[in-house]
Amino acid sequence: MSQALQKGANAPAMTRHDFEDFLYMEAALLDEWRLNEWLALFTADAHYAVPSTDCTDASTPANSLFYIADDRFRLGERVVRLNKKTAHAEWPRSKTRHMVHNVRIRSVDGNVYAVTCNFVTYRTKNDITNTYIGHHEYKIVVGADGPKIADKRSILDLDSIRALGKISIII
Amino acid sequence: MIEKQSSNSRSEFVIDDGTSGLFKVARKAFVAPDIFQREQQNIFDRCWLYLGHESEVAKPNDFLTRAIAGRNLIFTRDSNGVINAFYNTCTHRGAMVAREAKGNTKVFTCFYHGWAYSNDGRLIDQPGKDAYCEKFNADGDSNLARVERLENYRGLYFINFDRNAVSLENYLGGVREYIDLVMDQAETQMEIVGGTQSYAIDANWKLLCENSIDGYHAAMTHATYMDYLANTAGSMTNAGLGGGARQLGGGHAVIEYSAPWGRPVAQHVPAWGEGGKKDVAVIMDRLTKKFGEERARRIALQNRNILIFPNLVLNDIMAVTLRAFYPQSPDRMHVNAWALAPQEETRDMRERRLFNFLEFLGPGGFATPDDVEALEMCQRGYKNLRAVAWNDISKGMTREKPGTSDELQMRAFWRQWNDLMTAKEAAE
Repeated sequence: MSQALQKGANAPAMTRHDFEDFLYMEAALLDEWRLNEWLALFTADAHYAVPSTDCTDASTPANSLFYIADDRFRLGERVVRLNKKTAHAEWPRSKTRHMVHNVRIRSVDGNVYAVTCNFVTYRTKNDITNTYIGHHEYKIVVGADGPKIADKRSILDLDSIRALGKISIII
Repeated sequence: MIEKQSSNSRSEFVIDDGTSGLFKVARKAFVAPDIFQREQQNIFDRCWLYLGHESEVAKPNDFLTRAIAGRNLIFTRDSNGVINAFYNTCTHRGAMVAREAKGNTKVFTCFYHGWAYSNDGRLIDQPGKDAYCEKFNADGDSNLARVERLENYRGLYFINFDRNAVSLENYLGGVREYIDLVMDQAETQMEIVGGTQSYAIDANWKLLCENSIDGYHAAMTHATYMDYLANTAGSMTNAGLGGGARQLGGGHAVIEYSAPWGRPVAQHVPAWGEGGKKDVAVIMDRLTKKFGEERARRIALQNRNILIFPNLVLNDIMAVTLRAFYPQSPDRMHVNAWALAPQEETRDMRERRLFNFLEFLGPGGFATPDDVEALEMCQRGYKNLRAVAWNDISKGMTREKPGTSDELQMRAFWRQWNDLMTAKEAAE
């Protein structure tokens, strides 16, 4: 990331439209199960988290039990796992459709953009369709090689995930 | 060698054939609505059921609401510091008086007509009180209804809907030894870490009883987790997987074993670095001083998957989880899972613990989703029960000392389940 940060001075200013394109591409990679390419959207020190539904804004993976709290290494291992047939929860693979809405740039600090969007992700497996609803909070670093996700937090607008059962996909 | 715990009996649900070394469970026990109904009466209306941990209502006036065995309950510490369990329903016309998952309040006011209860359950106000007779509630029957029994063992609060049930301590019996081994990890006390994993599984609840203490499935079901550990530099010690299973009486059961993963209390792995090494050394030193070397090593280095009959699992593995599950119908259960940790734990160790927890456990972990898939596939497989009517749980039945990948611990559950389910037949 540091290299990207240094180059960031020359990076073009990003508009909401640019981030919409970026997030639509991320959604498409997930829906097409191109997980290695999806992983390449992240910085080398990125984090990805899904807090439990009773967590607050003050909750962190260091003080509260989340559903998912991956550093970049474990996120990579999550992709390795999901690419295997022995990831039984996702084999045969579920069908997913990631919908991204209400994209907003919330703040800009140098070349680091705080971007939020609403999401609805549908997952269908075994003739059952689960609906994941919430919003994503991104920190996106824009360098000479384009935008990279340094942090992604997916916050569910649910009281529990009883209606979903599990979070075996990337939402 | 024949399993000495065998009851050598046969019911419509369980064949426990100690002579041959065969143990079979009828698949209808996972699907039949009438069996589900009988379970509610014979098991959930009579057994001690986990309600919550004292740290969840740490301060006076703390409360939380929980749905257990078809009831809506309030778990509260009143203004005097006493812990209570109430039925969450206004004695006037029935509305739930507590509508939040948790909070802190001295008074539960029903929003429907305004009846108000102190957090020790007393009815303290009714709008238009002068319209009620003078003796109204003189005998307390309009106070919040208290759950029939509430007792605690080492901070774990259990309820029982049967006024005449044996004491919790008697009920827990042989499993107390293992609860102690977990609770003794803390110098102060164990506490629930913030954040609840509340999920659901479309499978019969007894499948999760089996799965939570099943050492046989790990290599197949959790192949990707094992791959992950192998890929992760410094994530393992050279401790092998070895240990045994015990039937503890009353349906409680345990497997206890060594394993290569890091344990916050207290098995160091290289990935934790020098800081982790120091933290583990401090914990080991404290445990050794307090309990002697043998018990300290058992607390720190052994793993335990504990089933507390009927629906509570206390797994002390790469992290400690409490998992309670609540049957909704023959083919669906709700699951609540919490992380349990020593209150005095260092910030770094807490972080390692939660990181460990999520890599295996929970509906977003590297293992639990595959368990859920397995249980749901079993439930679907039982559609064929007219052709294939029995499950097999015989593994290790002819061994003198069944291992963790044998099935003694599951037979322990089924023997108690069968006793309780056939008791009513005998009475009829």
